[in-house]
Amino acid sequence: MGVDQYHEPPDELPAATRTFARMCASLTEEAEAIGWYEQRMAVEEDAGARAIMHDAQGEEFKHFSMDLEFLLRRTPRWREIARGVLFQDGDIVQHGEAAEATSAAGDVGGESAGPDGSGSLGIGGLRRSAP
Amino acid sequence: MNHLLRRLAPLTDANWKLIDDEVAARLTPALAARRVVDFSGPLDWTHSATNLGRTRPLKFADVDGVGALQRRVLPLVELRADFALSLGELRDHDRGALDPDLDQLDAAAYRMAVAENAAVVHGWREAAITGISEASPHEGAPLAATIDAYPGPVAQAAELLLRRGISGPYALLLGPDEYTRVIESAEHGGYLLLDHLGKILDGPIVWCPGVNGALVVSLRGGDYLFESGQDLAVGYERHDSDTVHLYIEESFSFVAATPEAAVWLRPDETGAQRSAKSRRRAS
Repeated sequence: MGVDQYHEPPDELPAATRTFARMCASLTEEAEAIGWYEQRMAVEEDAGARAIMHDAQGEEFKHFSMDLEFLLRRTPRWREIARGVLFQDGDIVQHGEAAEATSAAGDVGGESAGPDGSGSLGIGGLRRSAP
Repeated sequence: MNHLLRRLAPLTDANWKLIDDEVAARLTPALAARRVVDFSGPLDWTHSATNLGRTRPLKFADVDGVGALQRRVLPLVELRADFALSLGELRDHDRGALDPDLDQLDAAAYRMAVAENAAVVHGWREAAITGISEASPHEGAPLAATIDAYPGPVAQAAELLLRRGISGPYALLLGPDEYTRVIESAEHGGYLLLDHLGKILDGPIVWCPGVNGALVVSLRGGDYLFESGQDLAVGYERHDSDTVHLYIEESFSFVAATPEAAVWLRPDETGAQRSAKSRRRAS
Protein backbone atom coordinates (compact mmCIF):
# COMPACT_ATOMS: atom_id res chain seq x y z
CA MET A 1 0.00 0.00 0.00
CA GLY A 2 1.25 3.43 -0.95
CA VAL A 3 0.66 5.02 2.42
CA ASP A 4 2.08 2.30 4.67
CA GLN A 5 5.27 4.25 5.27
CA TYR A 6 3.31 6.87 7.19
CA HIS A 7 2.85 6.48 10.90
CA GLU A 8 0.52 9.46 11.19
CA PRO A 9 -2.40 10.55 8.93
CA PRO A 10 -0.70 11.68 5.66
CA ASP A 11 -3.09 14.64 5.30
CA GLU A 12 -1.80 16.06 8.56
CA LEU A 13 1.88 15.75 7.60
CA PRO A 14 3.81 18.56 5.85
CA ALA A 15 5.05 17.70 2.36
CA ALA A 16 8.67 17.72 3.53
CA THR A 17 7.87 15.15 6.21
CA ARG A 18 6.07 12.92 3.69
CA THR A 19 9.12 13.04 1.43
CA PHE A 20 11.34 12.26 4.41
CA ALA A 21 9.19 9.23 5.26
CA ARG A 22 9.26 7.96 1.67
CA MET A 23 13.03 8.19 1.56
CA CYS A 24 13.33 6.38 4.89
CA ALA A 25 11.16 3.59 3.42
CA SER A 26 13.42 3.47 0.35
CA LEU A 27 16.50 3.27 2.54
CA THR A 28 15.00 0.31 4.39
CA GLU A 29 14.15 -1.49 1.14
CA GLU A 30 17.66 -1.01 -0.25
CA ALA A 31 19.18 -2.38 2.96
CA GLU A 32 16.89 -5.43 2.75
CA ALA A 33 17.90 -6.04 -0.88
CA ILE A 34 21.58 -5.85 0.05
CA GLY A 35 20.99 -8.50 2.71
CA TRP A 36 19.03 -10.73 0.32
CA TYR A 37 21.77 -10.64 -2.34
CA GLU A 38 24.36 -11.42 0.30
CA GLN A 39 22.42 -14.55 1.30
CA ARG A 40 21.83 -15.65 -2.32
CA MET A 41 25.50 -15.32 -3.17
CA ALA A 42 26.42 -17.32 -0.07
CA VAL A 43 24.44 -20.36 -1.29
CA GLU A 44 24.75 -20.01 -5.08
CA GLU A 45 27.25 -22.45 -6.61
CA ASP A 46 27.08 -21.21 -10.22
CA ALA A 47 29.85 -18.64 -10.70
CA GLY A 48 28.01 -16.88 -13.54
CA ALA A 49 24.91 -16.41 -11.44
CA ARG A 50 26.99 -15.19 -8.50
CA ALA A 51 28.63 -12.61 -10.75
CA ILE A 52 25.26 -11.21 -11.77
CA MET A 53 24.12 -11.09 -8.14
CA HIS A 54 27.35 -9.33 -7.22
CA ASP A 55 26.71 -6.75 -9.90
CA ALA A 56 23.09 -6.29 -8.76
CA GLN A 57 24.18 -5.87 -5.14
CA GLY A 58 26.46 -3.04 -6.29
CA GLU A 59 23.36 -1.26 -7.62
CA GLU A 60 21.72 -1.60 -4.22
CA PHE A 61 24.83 -0.19 -2.52
CA LYS A 62 24.53 2.83 -4.79
CA HIS A 63 20.79 3.26 -4.13
CA PHE A 64 21.26 2.93 -0.38
CA SER A 65 24.07 5.49 -0.41
CA MET A 66 22.05 8.00 -2.44
CA ASP A 67 19.02 7.62 -0.16
CA LEU A 68 21.21 8.07 2.90
CA GLU A 69 22.94 11.15 1.52
CA PHE A 70 19.56 12.74 0.67
CA LEU A 71 18.31 12.17 4.20
CA LEU A 72 21.52 13.44 5.78
CA ARG A 73 21.36 16.64 3.72
CA ARG A 74 17.82 17.28 4.91
CA THR A 75 18.63 16.48 8.54
CA PRO A 76 21.64 18.44 9.83
CA ARG A 77 21.67 16.78 13.25
CA TRP A 78 21.65 13.31 11.71
CA ARG A 79 24.41 14.45 9.35
CA GLU A 80 26.47 15.77 12.25
CA ILE A 81 26.19 12.49 14.17
CA ALA A 82 26.88 10.45 11.03
CA ARG A 83 29.99 12.49 10.37
CA GLY A 84 31.31 11.46 13.77
CA VAL A 85 30.64 7.76 13.13
CA LEU A 86 31.08 6.98 9.43
CA PHE A 87 34.47 6.30 7.83
CA GLN A 88 36.25 6.46 11.19
CA ASP A 89 38.72 3.92 12.51
CA GLY A 90 38.44 2.73 16.11
CA ASP A 91 35.53 1.86 18.39
CA ILE A 92 32.21 2.43 16.62
CA VAL A 93 30.16 2.64 19.83
CA GLN A 94 32.50 5.21 21.36
CA HIS A 95 32.37 7.31 18.21
CA GLY A 96 28.59 7.11 18.24
CA GLU A 97 28.24 8.20 21.85
CA ALA A 98 30.70 11.06 21.35
CA ALA A 99 28.98 12.29 18.17
CA GLU A 100 25.56 12.22 19.83
CA ALA A 101 26.83 14.14 22.86
CA THR A 102 28.49 16.77 20.67
CA SER A 103 25.31 17.17 18.64
CA ALA A 104 23.12 17.55 21.74
CA ALA A 105 25.44 20.20 23.20
CA GLY A 106 25.18 22.26 20.04
CA ASP A 107 21.40 22.01 19.73
CA VAL A 108 20.43 25.19 21.52
CA GLY A 109 18.30 28.16 20.53
CA GLY A 110 15.95 28.12 17.56
CA GLU A 111 18.44 27.01 14.93
CA SER A 112 17.10 23.50 14.58
CA ALA A 113 13.50 24.47 13.84
CA GLY A 114 11.78 22.74 10.96
CA PRO A 115 12.15 19.23 9.63
CA ASP A 116 15.49 20.00 7.95
CA GLY A 117 17.01 21.86 10.89
CA SER A 118 17.64 24.98 8.81
CA GLY A 119 15.17 27.22 10.60
CA SER A 120 12.61 26.63 7.83
CA LEU A 121 9.01 26.24 8.93
CA GLY A 122 8.74 23.16 6.71
CA ILE A 123 5.59 24.26 4.91
CA GLY A 124 6.68 23.13 1.43
CA GLY A 125 4.20 22.19 -1.27
CA LEU A 126 0.48 22.09 -0.55
CA ARG A 127 -0.99 20.76 -3.82
CA ARG A 128 -3.32 17.80 -3.77
CA SER A 129 -4.57 16.19 -6.97
CA ALA A 130 -7.99 15.54 -5.47
CA PRO A 131 -10.35 17.71 -3.40
CA MET B 1 24.39 29.37 12.83
CA ASN B 2 22.96 30.27 9.44
CA HIS B 3 21.96 33.63 7.97
CA LEU B 4 18.73 33.77 9.96
CA LEU B 5 20.84 34.48 13.08
CA ARG B 6 18.19 32.89 15.29
CA ARG B 7 20.60 32.06 18.10
CA LEU B 8 21.36 35.77 18.59
CA ALA B 9 17.77 36.55 19.54
CA PRO B 10 16.98 36.95 23.27
CA LEU B 11 14.36 34.22 23.00
CA THR B 12 13.87 30.94 24.79
CA ASP B 13 13.26 27.67 22.96
CA ALA B 14 9.63 27.95 24.06
CA ASN B 15 9.43 31.45 22.55
CA TRP B 16 10.81 30.21 19.23
CA LYS B 17 8.36 27.31 19.21
CA LEU B 18 5.48 29.70 19.87
CA ILE B 19 6.62 32.03 17.07
CA ASP B 20 7.32 29.28 14.51
CA ASP B 21 4.05 27.49 15.25
CA GLU B 22 2.03 30.71 15.01
CA VAL B 23 3.65 31.80 11.74
CA ALA B 24 3.13 28.35 10.19
CA ALA B 25 -0.48 28.26 11.39
CA ARG B 26 -1.18 31.70 9.89
CA LEU B 27 0.63 31.08 6.63
CA THR B 28 -0.59 27.61 5.72
CA PRO B 29 -4.27 28.39 5.04
CA ALA B 30 -3.38 31.59 3.19
CA LEU B 31 -0.73 30.12 0.86
CA ALA B 32 -3.36 29.27 -1.73
CA ALA B 33 -1.13 29.41 -4.80
CA ARG B 34 0.91 26.52 -3.40
CA ARG B 35 -2.25 24.40 -3.48
CA VAL B 36 -2.35 24.47 -7.28
CA VAL B 37 1.31 24.44 -8.42
CA ASP B 38 4.17 21.95 -8.27
CA PHE B 39 6.65 22.70 -5.52
CA SER B 40 10.37 21.99 -5.93
CA GLY B 41 12.82 22.35 -3.10
CA PRO B 42 13.74 23.84 -0.75
CA LEU B 43 17.14 24.05 -2.46
CA ASP B 44 18.88 26.16 0.18
CA TRP B 45 19.46 29.87 0.70
CA THR B 46 22.52 29.70 -1.55
CA HIS B 47 20.40 28.63 -4.55
CA SER B 48 20.13 31.73 -6.76
CA ALA B 49 18.55 30.85 -10.09
CA THR B 50 16.24 28.43 -11.90
CA ASN B 51 17.51 26.69 -15.02
CA LEU B 52 15.33 27.58 -18.01
CA GLY B 53 17.16 25.33 -20.47
CA ARG B 54 17.40 28.26 -22.88
CA THR B 55 20.34 30.14 -24.33
CA ARG B 56 21.04 33.40 -26.08
CA PRO B 57 23.75 33.89 -28.72
CA LEU B 58 26.88 35.79 -27.83
CA LYS B 59 29.34 37.39 -30.18
CA PHE B 60 32.91 36.32 -29.54
CA ALA B 61 34.90 38.63 -31.76
CA ASP B 62 38.39 37.85 -30.49
CA VAL B 63 38.69 34.41 -32.08
CA ASP B 64 37.38 33.54 -35.51
CA GLY B 65 35.50 30.29 -35.89
CA VAL B 66 34.32 30.08 -32.29
CA GLY B 67 30.63 30.39 -31.49
CA ALA B 68 29.25 31.20 -28.06
CA LEU B 69 25.97 30.88 -26.22
CA GLN B 70 25.00 32.10 -22.80
CA ARG B 71 22.58 30.16 -20.59
CA ARG B 72 19.39 31.95 -19.56
CA VAL B 73 18.22 31.52 -15.99
CA LEU B 74 15.46 32.95 -13.84
CA PRO B 75 16.93 34.54 -10.69
CA LEU B 76 15.17 33.77 -7.44
CA VAL B 77 13.49 36.59 -5.56
CA GLU B 78 13.64 37.12 -1.81
CA LEU B 79 10.48 38.11 0.03
CA ARG B 80 10.69 39.45 3.55
CA ALA B 81 8.11 40.80 6.01
CA ASP B 82 9.36 42.45 9.21
CA PHE B 83 7.56 42.40 12.53
CA ALA B 84 8.27 43.20 16.16
CA LEU B 85 7.21 41.46 19.35
CA SER B 86 7.17 42.67 22.93
CA LEU B 87 9.78 40.90 25.04
CA GLY B 88 7.47 41.39 28.02
CA GLU B 89 4.76 39.41 26.25
CA LEU B 90 7.22 36.62 25.48
CA ARG B 91 8.48 36.52 29.09
CA ASP B 92 4.83 36.21 30.17
CA HIS B 93 4.48 33.31 27.74
CA ASP B 94 7.44 31.66 29.48
CA ARG B 95 5.49 32.03 32.74
CA GLY B 96 2.54 30.23 31.19
CA ALA B 97 0.46 33.04 29.72
CA LEU B 98 -1.82 31.56 27.06
CA ASP B 99 -2.66 34.74 25.14
CA PRO B 100 0.53 36.55 24.12
CA ASP B 101 0.04 39.50 21.78
CA LEU B 102 1.24 38.31 18.37
CA ASP B 103 -0.76 40.72 16.21
CA GLN B 104 2.25 42.05 14.32
CA LEU B 105 3.40 38.51 13.57
CA ASP B 106 -0.04 37.58 12.25
CA ALA B 107 -0.14 40.65 10.02
CA ALA B 108 3.34 39.93 8.64
CA ALA B 109 2.40 36.32 7.86
CA TYR B 110 -0.68 37.51 5.99
CA ARG B 111 1.37 40.03 3.98
CA MET B 112 3.82 37.30 2.98
CA ALA B 113 1.03 35.01 1.82
CA VAL B 114 -0.61 37.81 -0.17
CA ALA B 115 2.70 38.70 -1.83
CA GLU B 116 3.48 35.09 -2.76
CA ASN B 117 -0.03 34.43 -4.09
CA ALA B 118 -0.02 37.64 -6.13
CA ALA B 119 3.40 36.90 -7.64
CA VAL B 120 2.37 33.38 -8.68
CA VAL B 121 -1.11 34.20 -9.95
CA HIS B 122 -0.68 37.68 -11.42
CA GLY B 123 3.10 37.87 -11.93
CA TRP B 124 5.82 40.28 -10.91
CA ARG B 125 7.26 42.16 -13.85
CA GLU B 126 10.34 43.58 -12.10
CA ALA B 127 11.30 40.07 -10.98
CA ALA B 128 10.69 38.63 -14.48
CA ILE B 129 7.99 36.34 -13.05
CA THR B 130 5.07 35.71 -15.41
CA GLY B 131 2.02 34.82 -13.37
CA ILE B 132 -0.57 32.17 -14.18
CA SER B 133 -3.22 34.71 -15.22
CA GLU B 134 -0.76 36.68 -17.37
CA ALA B 135 0.53 33.58 -19.10
CA SER B 136 -2.89 32.12 -19.90
CA PRO B 137 -3.86 32.54 -23.56
CA HIS B 138 -7.53 32.01 -22.73
CA GLU B 139 -10.05 34.80 -22.55
CA GLY B 140 -12.28 33.80 -19.66
CA ALA B 141 -15.71 35.27 -19.20
CA PRO B 142 -15.74 38.00 -16.56
CA LEU B 143 -17.15 37.03 -13.22
CA ALA B 144 -20.83 37.76 -13.19
CA ALA B 145 -22.23 40.78 -11.43
CA THR B 146 -24.61 38.65 -9.41
CA ILE B 147 -23.39 35.76 -7.36
CA ASP B 148 -26.13 33.49 -8.78
CA ALA B 149 -24.43 33.72 -12.17
CA TYR B 150 -20.97 32.53 -10.98
CA PRO B 151 -21.46 28.92 -12.18
CA GLY B 152 -21.69 30.13 -15.80
CA PRO B 153 -18.15 31.55 -16.19
CA VAL B 154 -16.67 28.76 -14.06
CA ALA B 155 -18.33 26.03 -16.13
CA GLN B 156 -17.26 27.76 -19.36
CA ALA B 157 -13.66 27.88 -18.09
CA ALA B 158 -13.68 24.18 -17.16
CA GLU B 159 -15.15 23.27 -20.54
CA LEU B 160 -12.54 25.45 -22.29
CA LEU B 161 -9.73 23.62 -20.50
CA LEU B 162 -11.23 20.23 -21.36
CA ARG B 163 -11.50 21.24 -25.02
CA ARG B 164 -7.79 22.10 -25.02
CA GLY B 165 -6.91 18.71 -23.58
CA ILE B 166 -6.19 19.99 -20.08
CA SER B 167 -7.61 17.36 -17.76
CA GLY B 168 -8.93 17.96 -14.26
CA PRO B 169 -9.63 18.02 -11.47
CA TYR B 170 -9.74 21.80 -11.43
CA ALA B 171 -9.37 24.19 -8.53
CA LEU B 172 -11.04 27.57 -8.23
CA LEU B 173 -8.98 30.29 -6.55
CA LEU B 174 -11.12 33.15 -5.30
CA GLY B 175 -10.14 36.52 -3.88
CA PRO B 176 -11.38 37.10 -0.32
CA ASP B 177 -14.44 39.13 -1.34
CA GLU B 178 -15.50 36.62 -3.97
CA TYR B 179 -14.87 33.70 -1.59
CA THR B 180 -17.05 35.24 1.11
CA ARG B 181 -19.85 35.84 -1.37
CA VAL B 182 -19.66 32.23 -2.57
CA ILE B 183 -19.71 30.54 0.83
CA GLU B 184 -22.57 32.68 2.12
CA SER B 185 -24.75 32.21 -0.96
CA ALA B 186 -27.43 29.74 -1.87
CA GLU B 187 -28.93 29.58 -5.35
CA HIS B 188 -32.60 29.45 -6.17
CA GLY B 189 -33.98 26.41 -4.45
CA GLY B 190 -31.50 26.64 -1.58
CA TYR B 191 -28.66 24.70 -3.24
CA LEU B 192 -25.37 25.93 -1.85
CA LEU B 193 -23.30 27.74 -4.48
CA LEU B 194 -20.16 26.24 -2.95
CA ASP B 195 -21.45 22.72 -3.63
CA HIS B 196 -22.59 23.59 -7.14
CA LEU B 197 -19.16 25.01 -8.07
CA GLY B 198 -17.44 22.03 -6.48
CA LYS B 199 -19.42 19.63 -8.70
CA ILE B 200 -18.45 21.60 -11.82
CA LEU B 201 -14.76 21.59 -10.91
CA ASP B 202 -14.37 18.19 -9.24
CA GLY B 203 -11.81 20.04 -7.13
CA PRO B 204 -11.40 22.48 -4.26
CA ILE B 205 -12.57 26.07 -3.97
CA VAL B 206 -9.73 27.96 -2.34
CA TRP B 207 -9.61 31.27 -0.46
CA CYS B 208 -6.72 33.14 -2.04
CA PRO B 209 -5.78 36.54 -0.64
CA GLY B 210 -3.85 38.48 -3.26
CA VAL B 211 -5.92 37.22 -6.18
CA ASN B 212 -7.98 39.63 -8.18
CA GLY B 213 -11.13 37.94 -9.50
CA ALA B 214 -10.89 34.16 -9.82
CA LEU B 215 -8.73 31.52 -11.41
CA VAL B 216 -9.78 28.09 -12.70
CA VAL B 217 -6.66 25.92 -12.87
CA SER B 218 -5.95 22.26 -13.52
CA LEU B 219 -4.56 20.20 -10.64
CA ARG B 220 -3.16 17.45 -12.89
CA GLY B 221 0.42 18.66 -12.15
CA GLY B 222 3.40 19.43 -14.33
CA ASP B 223 2.01 22.76 -15.55
CA TYR B 224 3.38 25.29 -13.06
CA LEU B 225 6.62 25.13 -11.08
CA PHE B 226 7.30 26.99 -7.84
CA GLU B 227 11.02 26.58 -7.07
CA SER B 228 11.92 27.28 -3.48
CA GLY B 229 15.41 28.31 -2.44
CA GLN B 230 14.84 28.86 1.25
CA ASP B 231 11.32 28.00 2.26
CA LEU B 232 9.48 30.28 4.64
CA ALA B 233 11.42 30.83 7.84
CA VAL B 234 11.64 33.29 10.71
CA GLY B 235 14.88 35.20 11.23
CA TYR B 236 16.30 37.62 13.77
CA GLU B 237 17.05 41.29 12.97
CA ARG B 238 17.77 43.12 16.26
CA HIS B 239 16.41 43.83 19.72
CA ASP B 240 16.36 46.45 22.45
CA SER B 241 15.27 46.24 26.07
CA ASP B 242 11.57 46.08 25.19
CA THR B 243 11.21 44.65 21.72
CA VAL B 244 12.65 41.97 19.47
CA HIS B 245 12.58 42.63 15.72
CA LEU B 246 12.13 39.51 13.57
CA TYR B 247 11.16 38.78 10.00
CA ILE B 248 9.59 36.12 7.81
CA GLU B 249 11.64 35.34 4.73
CA GLU B 250 11.74 33.08 1.70
CA SER B 251 13.35 32.88 -1.73
CA PHE B 252 11.66 31.45 -4.80
CA SER B 253 11.05 31.59 -8.54
CA PHE B 254 7.98 30.67 -10.55
CA VAL B 255 7.67 29.33 -14.09
CA ALA B 256 4.46 28.67 -16.06
CA ALA B 257 5.41 25.64 -18.17
CA THR B 258 1.92 25.09 -19.61
CA PRO B 259 0.32 28.54 -19.82
CA GLU B 260 -2.94 27.14 -21.21
CA ALA B 261 -3.67 25.08 -18.07
CA ALA B 262 -5.63 27.90 -16.39
CA VAL B 263 -8.32 30.46 -17.12
CA TRP B 264 -8.48 33.78 -15.32
CA LEU B 265 -11.94 35.19 -14.66
CA ARG B 266 -11.71 38.95 -14.37
CA PRO B 267 -13.64 40.57 -11.55
CA ASP B 268 -16.84 42.29 -12.54
CA GLU B 269 -15.80 45.91 -12.00
CA THR B 270 -19.31 47.32 -12.40
CA GLY B 271 -20.65 44.81 -9.92
CA ALA B 272 -17.86 45.62 -7.48
CA GLN B 273 -18.60 49.31 -7.80
CA ARG B 274 -22.29 48.70 -7.24
CA SER B 275 -21.47 46.58 -4.24
CA ALA B 276 -19.21 49.27 -2.79
CA LYS B 277 -21.88 51.91 -3.30
CA SER B 278 -24.53 49.75 -1.66
CA ARG B 279 -22.21 49.13 1.29
CA ARG B 280 -21.65 52.87 1.64
CA ARG B 281 -25.40 53.48 1.50
CA ALA B 282 -25.99 50.77 4.06
CA SER B 283 -23.48 52.37 6.41
